[in-house]
Amino acid sequence: MNYIYLSAVLFSIGSAGVLLRRNAIVVFMSVELMLNAANLAFVSFARMHGNLDGQVIAFFVMVVAAAEVVIGLAIIMTIFRTRQSASVDGANLLRY
Amino acid sequence: MTTLLAADGTSEAAAASGVFSLTWVLVALPLLGALILLVGGRRTDRFGHLLGTAMPAVSFVLGLVMFLTMLGRDTEERSIGQHLFSWVPAGSFQLDAGLLLDQLSMCFVLLVTGVGTLIHVYSIAYMEHDRDRRRFFGYLNLFIAAMLLLVLADSYLLLYVGWEGVGLASYLLIGFWSHVPAYAAAAKKAFVVNRVGDFGLSVAIMIMFFQFGSVGFADVFAGADGASKAALTAIGLMLLLGACGKSAQFPLQSWLLDAMAGPTPVSALIHAATMVTAGVYLVVRSAPIFEGAPNAQLAVAIVGAITLLFGAIIGCAKDDIKKALAASTMSQIGYMMLAAGLGPVGYAFAIFHLLTHGFFKAGMFLGAGSVMHGMNDRVDMRRFGGISTVMKVTWATFALGWLAIIGFPGLSGFWSKDKIIESAFVGEGWRPWVFGLTALIGAGITAFYMTRLFVMTFHGRRRWEDDVHPHESPALMTVPLVVLALGSALLGLLLGPTGAIQAWLEPVVGETREEHGVLPLWLTTSLTIALVLLGAGLAALLYLRRPVETRAPVGSVATRAARRDLYQDTVNESVFMRPGQYLTRSLVFFDNRGVDGAVNGLAALLGGSSGRFRRLQTGFVRSYALSMLVGAALVVGAMLLVRL
Amino acid sequence: MTGLATTVSAAATDTGTGEAVAFWLLAPVAVLAAAGMLLMKKAVHSALLLALVMLCLAVLYIAQDAPFLGVVQVVVYTGAVMMLFLFVLMLVGVDSGDSLVETLRGQRVAALLAALGFAGLVIFGLGDVTMGNSGLGTANEDGNVEGLANLMFSRYVFAFEATSALLITAALGAMILAHRERLVAKLSQRELSVERFRHPHPSPLPGPGVYARHNAVDTPALLPDGTPAEISVSRVLTARGDVRAPDATPADVREIERGRNDPRGVEQ
Repeated sequence: MNYIYLSAVLFSIGSAGVLLRRNAIVVFMSVELMLNAANLAFVSFARMHGNLDGQVIAFFVMVVAAAEVVIGLAIIMTIFRTRQSASVDGANLLRY
Repeated sequence: MTTLLAADGTSEAAAASGVFSLTWVLVALPLLGALILLVGGRRTDRFGHLLGTAMPAVSFVLGLVMFLTMLGRDTEERSIGQHLFSWVPAGSFQLDAGLLLDQLSMCFVLLVTGVGTLIHVYSIAYMEHDRDRRRFFGYLNLFIAAMLLLVLADSYLLLYVGWEGVGLASYLLIGFWSHVPAYAAAAKKAFVVNRVGDFGLSVAIMIMFFQFGSVGFADVFAGADGASKAALTAIGLMLLLGACGKSAQFPLQSWLLDAMAGPTPVSALIHAATMVTAGVYLVVRSAPIFEGAPNAQLAVAIVGAITLLFGAIIGCAKDDIKKALAASTMSQIGYMMLAAGLGPVGYAFAIFHLLTHGFFKAGMFLGAGSVMHGMNDRVDMRRFGGISTVMKVTWATFALGWLAIIGFPGLSGFWSKDKIIESAFVGEGWRPWVFGLTALIGAGITAFYMTRLFVMTFHGRRRWEDDVHPHESPALMTVPLVVLALGSALLGLLLGPTGAIQAWLEPVVGETREEHGVLPLWLTTSLTIALVLLGAGLAALLYLRRPVETRAPVGSVATRAARRDLYQDTVNESVFMRPGQYLTRSLVFFDNRGVDGAVNGLAALLGGSSGRFRRLQTGFVRSYALSMLVGAALVVGAMLLVRL
Repeated sequence: MTGLATTVSAAATDTGTGEAVAFWLLAPVAVLAAAGMLLMKKAVHSALLLALVMLCLAVLYIAQDAPFLGVVQVVVYTGAVMMLFLFVLMLVGVDSGDSLVETLRGQRVAALLAALGFAGLVIFGLGDVTMGNSGLGTANEDGNVEGLANLMFSRYVFAFEATSALLITAALGAMILAHRERLVAKLSQRELSVERFRHPHPSPLPGPGVYARHNAVDTPALLPDGTPAEISVSRVLTARGDVRAPDATPADVREIERGRNDPRGVEQ
């Protein structure tokens, strides 16, 4: 049960990171942290329920996260090439 | 005192057969004429006036045949009802459109078509130089059709259709020369004041429906016996309001003098002989209702008496010949209303006076038109004078009409008006004195101003302007004048002393028993004649012996007041028009500020708040992520709340 | 691998002190590392701290009867994904650190409140939940991997197939995104030679000290006529005045030469 609390705490820290950091890559890393926290929760629930479904789901999450990181970083790199800056605040043209 | 009334007569209307099956043709012919002339347009210009005259002429011939047939029938079979079609089949309210041709309607049919045809003939020559003559005839035909529908209707709703129709025709004809703003305004004034009366009539119809469940004459009169006095009084007063509007009685009389803006044939037909008498027809037709509501009947008599004097006083100070004649019309219809308000003792005489008045007033109006035609459309009597030497036929016919209206013994006005004065003296309490003396004095004043009019126009020194060369009018104008003058002279003799009119109308309006007035008959008659001679003599002295000023002198207070139509317009304006305008202005203000303000304010509010809310869109991903997280926290919180 | 797995899982089913110790040791570390990741100025430090968090989590997975997942976490997540992060960080610029000044007004406070609120609400909500602790004894009978495989290829086979398609797509996508378009045409061999002969020195530059006795960077080479070639030493050294004379020999070299006393050592 403590694992779930730990998962919640890590998740919150990750979400705070998304909100607070400006470097795109650090934001991305915070998202990864959130995904990991979710994985931890899944695994803990798998143990609590007594079947491996949680672990399978956690596995898939990992795979998908990996794919996502690949694409995300490629995008960040492309953006960096054009703008020479990796700040998320740069994309603010949809303002009022 | 009162005998059983028209209820029996109309409920036993015989079915239309023989010549009476063509009753609807009476209305249809002029209507067809109007349709052809108005829809056909300029293409019908060449024959428009002839077609327009032919239609009422054929209707007259047909009416005459029907009259003769009716004469040959027994009294019980003289009332004909013709069913036209089922009009309002609405559940509990079933109304069929039908025509009722009884003795009362017959009088009106003959009057309208007869005098109407004569005026049509006159108009051919009078409007000869007018480009829109064809349109004029179209409107005239429309009027004839509507008036016939009014008098032939067998239900109040169909009567209302005719009522509105004549109002429309009156508006169109008064404002015939609509390019002159003053005339158009006069037409509007007539229509608006009429509307007030129409409102009264429609309320009366509504009360009738509420009370009797039907608005056909038969049903209403059958139910009038058992209805409550309050309901009958309400209906009666509302009907009176309607009659006042149409017949230019006090308090809705302000439009009649302005209606002289229309061409003279219009004034003759509509505002002398026929439309303005529709109110009298309504009151006489609704006799059963008024019999059950004595207060309403008293109101009718009072209105008649007031208008009688009102018109007479105004007529004394008018220098415009048409306006003077219009004031005279107002006054004479006051006589008719007074007679109708006296109950069964006076109904027949009201109709009698209506018929004779139709002749001599129309004759005088056409005569005035003839004078105007010769005087280059001048109307100021102060610039007339001495026309008798140049326009002999006009002078002679006008003289007969003049003698008729003042009640010269032997002519028709003497028989009809004197009968009314006699009936006015019948009754108990204060009534016979008030009404009788009013009628008497009115007769005197009538003699005065009509003599003034006659003398100023036809006698005395010539006060013509330089560009007028009066000449006698063409035959098409003088022949109708002659016919009408003959009618003025002889009609009274035919109907009055023989008792023919009373006998004829008895099945409809009830028996008119000879009642004794508070003054003996010989006294009434001699007083009348004396007052007439006095009035005529005074007018002759003032306007024949003494030279007439070409510019109107300032005159006394009374003269000034009479010139201003006894301030009727001022009163109307201050009591109705101004408050109405204030109301409009305040409503407009309220609409602009209140309603528009609310709507615009709402729009501004939305715009302003959207401007504020826009600032949420900072464009930064992080603030959007913040709102997402806050939302997620709120969702979790809500879920916890629900569980707990 | 299986032996390690069985040992680890055997130890893991004992939910007693071993696991508790592991938890209470690693959990604070993980939390602190996560917080540090948030607060670090340099992005590389953040990446490394995240790697630390992931390793802690891997151990915790193993402690919870998920040995396969724990190893996969280390290999895939920490090993591949975090390294990928580091590579991109290098590409983007190691020095590109955030200034820690917040540009959006109120963002910091709001973010802190939101995160704390969220955490608080979830933890508060979790407090009422009671769950069993059945353990994965029966599920892991044939071994964790076999159990996982059983599930994956029966119930989750569609997800499996879809994920594999996803991986292919991701790889292709990355290639497309990272591809740099050639803005300038590639020079052919002929053009390269032409370029080379335009230069004043078509031959390769002499390495420093090639024609000299010494091959020190600061000793210029000698041209065929004996003069020192300036282009054979770095401009910087020339600018600093650290260039030696070609025939100068350092004292230590002389020392060595004197010390040898080799009859064959001939000074030239």
